[in-house]
Amino acid sequence: MSERNITLDVLRYRPEIDDQPVWQTYSVPCQEDWVVLDALNYVKDNLDRTLSYRWSCHMAVCGSCAMVINDNPILSCKAFLRDLPDHIRVEPLENFPIERDLVVVLDDFMDKLKSVKPFLVPKEPLTQGTYDQSSTQLKKYKPFSMCINCLACYSVCPQCGLNDDFAGPAALALAHRYNADSRDQGRSVREDVVASNTGIWECTFVGACSEVCPKNVDPAAAIQQMKIASTMDYFKDLVIFKSRAKPTQGEDS
Amino acid sequence: MSNRPYVRPMGTTWWVSKAHYIRYMIRELTCLFVGLQALVLLIGLYRLSQGREAFDEFLATLWGPAGQMMSALILLMLVIHSASWFNLTPKAMPLWIGDKKVPGWMITGAHYGGWAVVSAVIVCLVGGRW
Repeated sequence: MSERNITLDVLRYRPEIDDQPVWQTYSVPCQEDWVVLDALNYVKDNLDRTLSYRWSCHMAVCGSCAMVINDNPILSCKAFLRDLPDHIRVEPLENFPIERDLVVVLDDFMDKLKSVKPFLVPKEPLTQGTYDQSSTQLKKYKPFSMCINCLACYSVCPQCGLNDDFAGPAALALAHRYNADSRDQGRSVREDVVASNTGIWECTFVGACSEVCPKNVDPAAAIQQMKIASTMDYFKDLVIFKSRAKPTQGEDS
Repeated sequence: MSNRPYVRPMGTTWWVSKAHYIRYMIRELTCLFVGLQALVLLIGLYRLSQGREAFDEFLATLWGPAGQMMSALILLMLVIHSASWFNLTPKAMPLWIGDKKVPGWMITGAHYGGWAVVSAVIVCLVGGRW
C-alpha cells in the first residue's frame, strides 16, 4: 500500500506551560486507508507521547474522538485521510473549555444531560411483563435515540458559544427522544428545563447541529418539534384556565 | 478537571466564519424587509385616512423609480425569507400517515403550492383594478 506524508497541525494546550493554545506541527507518514485518529495515534506512539486526546472504539460508536478537523467538527475515526488534503488542522471541539490539547471539559454538558432526565419515566412502574410498543411508535423516536454524545453539535452551535446556560442540541434531542416514546410519561417533568429560556427557546434554528451530526440525529428538528408542542401546551393551558375561570366569573356576577 | 481550563473567546465575526452561519444570518436579516413592507402598508393606510389626494400621492411615490426599486428589493428579500422558512418546515412539522413518514419535499411542496394559490387569488382580486 502506498505511503503518503501529511502535515498535521494540532492545537495544543498544556496548562502547566501554555498561557493559551499553540499550534504544533507534525509530519506523519500515512497509509491510504488511515483516518485522522490513526495519524494522531502515530504521533502519540512515535513522535510525541505528551499529546492528549480522547478515543475508544475507533468505529464511530463511542463518540469519544470528535474534534474539529479543517474547521469541521467530526469524529476523527470517521475522517478518512484520502478525503482530506495533505495539510490537516486538528483542534479541540469549540464552545467547550479546553482541558488539555484536544481534550475538552465535559462536566457542564454532563450536568445538562442529567437535567433533562434522559431515561424512561413511566406513569406507573410495571410490576410484571414488558411494555408493548408497535413498530410505528418505535419509528417516531428511533432517529433521536441514535445520539452517541460526540458533541459535534455543540461545537458548531453559536448559541452554545454565546450562552453557557443553553442546554444545547444533544441534551434537548435526547429529551425529545424520551418525550416521543410511547412508554414514557415524563414530558411534564422535563418541561422545567426543556421549555425554559435555557432550553428550546434559546435555539434560533441555525440548523448547523443537524448538518454535522455523524448519526443523522437531527437535533434541530427535535427542538423545533418541542417548540410546537410547548406552544400547544401553553394555549391548552390558557383555554383550560379560561374554561375553569368562566363559572367563577358567572358566580361573581 | 484541570486547574486552568482554557476558554477560547468567541469572536464578534463568528457569523461569517462558516457558510451555514451566513445562510442563517441572511434568513434572519431578511425579516427586516418583512417589517419594512409592513411599514409601507401602514403608511399607505395612514395616507388613505387623510383623503384621496394624499393616497394618490402615496401611490405616485410607490410607482416612482425609487419606489419601484424599493418594492423590487422587498419582493426579492421576502421571497428569500419565505423560501428559507418553507424549506425548513419538514423539520418542525413532520407528518405521519399510518406508519409512513410523509417525505419532506411533499410538506415543502404543499407550502409552495399554497403560496402560489394565495398569490394567484390576490392577483385575480386586485390585479384588475390597476
